[in-house]
Amino acid sequence: MRGTLSDRAGAALLMAPLLLFLILAYAWPFLGVVKWSFTLPTPGLGQYHALLTDELVQSVFIRTLRIAAIVTLVSVTAAYAITVVWVRGSPVQRVLAEFCILVPFWISVLTRAFGWVALLSNRGLINTWLQSIGFISEPLTLVRNEFGVIVGMSHFLIPFAVFPLASAMRSLDERVLLAARGLGSSRMRTFWTVFVPMTRSGIIGSAMITFVFSLGFFVTPAILGGGRSVMIAELIYLRIFQSPDWGLGAAISFVLVVFVGALMALLFRYVKPKQLV
Amino acid sequence: MQQPGRAAEIKANGIGKSFGSFRALDNLSLDIGRGEFLTLLGPSGSGKTTFLMILAGFVQPSEGKLFSDGVDITNRPAEQRAAGMVFQGYALFPHMSVEQNIAFPLKVRKKSASEIKSRVGEMVERVGLKGHEKKLPAQLSGGQQQRVALARALVFEPGVLLLDEPFSALDKSLRGQMQAEMKRLHQETGTTFVFVTHDQSEALALSSRVAIFNHGKLLQVGRPDEVYDRPANRFVAEFLGEINMLPVKGVRPADNGATGLCEDRAVNMRCKAEAIKGDAILAIRPEDMSIAPEASVNENGIAATAVASTYLGAATKLDLTTRQGAKVTVSVPNEVAASALSKGNSVWLTWPAEKGFLLPDGGQ
Ligand SMILES: Nc1ncnc2c1ncn2[C@@H]1O[C@H](COP(=O)(O)OP(=O)(O)O)[C@@H](O)[C@H]1O
Ligand SMILES: [Mg+2]
Repeated sequence: MRGTLSDRAGAALLMAPLLLFLILAYAWPFLGVVKWSFTLPTPGLGQYHALLTDELVQSVFIRTLRIAAIVTLVSVTAAYAITVVWVRGSPVQRVLAEFCILVPFWISVLTRAFGWVALLSNRGLINTWLQSIGFISEPLTLVRNEFGVIVGMSHFLIPFAVFPLASAMRSLDERVLLAARGLGSSRMRTFWTVFVPMTRSGIIGSAMITFVFSLGFFVTPAILGGGRSVMIAELIYLRIFQSPDWGLGAAISFVLVVFVGALMALLFRYVKPKQLV
Repeated sequence: MQQPGRAAEIKANGIGKSFGSFRALDNLSLDIGRGEFLTLLGPSGSGKTTFLMILAGFVQPSEGKLFSDGVDITNRPAEQRAAGMVFQGYALFPHMSVEQNIAFPLKVRKKSASEIKSRVGEMVERVGLKGHEKKLPAQLSGGQQQRVALARALVFEPGVLLLDEPFSALDKSLRGQMQAEMKRLHQETGTTFVFVTHDQSEALALSSRVAIFNHGKLLQVGRPDEVYDRPANRFVAEFLGEINMLPVKGVRPADNGATGLCEDRAVNMRCKAEAIKGDAILAIRPEDMSIAPEASVNENGIAATAVASTYLGAATKLDLTTRQGAKVTVSVPNEVAASALSKGNSVWLTWPAEKGFLLPDGGQ
């Protein structure tokens, strides 16, 4: 729904301090980073040329996209199941689902990453258990690789993926589902041919949020990837803080921000911001 | 409700529904005949939708049993009852085109692609949606969405079609048009129609029988003329249209009817007064009363004063007050109203003995 002019003017006025803060804290320093990418070590497009030819940078980019895509798929699927229970389950199921969604927000990202290490490492809970029941003889490599990164990131992102889905499911007209059943459709068929397509905007919003968040992940891949599964944010960190190659780090940052910006623009073409909360 | 193409006969036996401590339906028994057009009429909140939902199988009754063609279907799930249903607000599938919406029940029934195509085509034609097949519901007008909902509910030839206030969102002229189409569809398909409305004129115009609801109770079922002319109680009388209430004293049976005193004048009534003795209310529709220049011994009549008139085009509605202060409305020819108002406003209000009916005094 479109607000009146004064509504929007009021909203703009309320948002102004936040906008000012964002400009001072993020946009202004970021312009500095962009400047570095064109000036360090020498002025010109050298760093962008390097970005296109450097195999390490490219492999990290591709790995990041791959991990982000898998994490998105895993998170949105899991979030969808949780949200169905949360929005449409029995009162007890709702409380349980809500608990599962909210608890992760109370635990810091570091704690959660180390928690997964404890679960997934060679002598962690899962491997010990699988060995004790004789299912495996050698421990599985579940961590310090892409698998561990995907598990940790998905765990972090599922709660964020829930909200756009919940909003889509809540705004769905119950009578349309009744209509499907009344026309003879089984619950399963109604779910796949009516319920899921009708929550499409929620799925898109949820996937976009998860994907964009995944691209910028730093702590989780750094801990669960164990340096073997470096993602783009970690690469930028390494370039800027552990080598004198500021220009390349800045160029990667700029490309990442432009890419994310384009994705966000796409997102807002398909879903209204209100549907995301 | 199971054999396609055959109208169903439905029997509701002592149906009740409670939501917590709230009684939404109370001990409702109703027989719906094969191929009939039954209207459930009642004010908002009277339990019409709840009853329809119970018929469709979306709501489980708290008590009572439901039979379709003699088979107990009380516990049969909605998807197996397969009653055609048109919801309030239509409930179309927003992500499917007109064609896909109408094809849905056929696809569910695993009909062949060629059969689906021909039946959807036929249905599209029948409800006048040709040229709109590829559109999404959001691209259609209210009337067109209504037609899609009707087509979708009828395409699989259900034994019964349930309609919940299908026209309440349409403007008046469109509503009249859709009512005519609905009547035609009922005749063409021969299916049992159960239609919900809170609009009494719609109910009287469309139905073969009307069932009147109030506060979760079924008050009366009958043909439109029966419920209009012989309402079972005051609520039904007033809900079906404007009606005048005149107190009558000393009612007693008389030759082929009853007699009593209305404003100190003897009045005769053809209606029976079995249960009613002593004081009662005589209820008469405005169109059954007329204005006469002077009293006549052969006809019922009382003195009244014209106070206001409303020109309605074909006729005029005249508001009068009787000598004892009862308010009466009469529908009269325009020139009668004009002369009544000009002649010092004092007129004689008459009605034939065979019109009107007696209700218990103060009874609801
Ligand atoms: N699921 C429900 N929970 C509680 N009360 C309900 C529910 N459905 C209907 N009611 C109540 O039952 C009464 C009848 O409702 P309804 O059948 O929708 O009436 P109508 O269709 O005649 O307007 C209303 O007072 C309504 O508030
Ligand atoms: Mg209703």
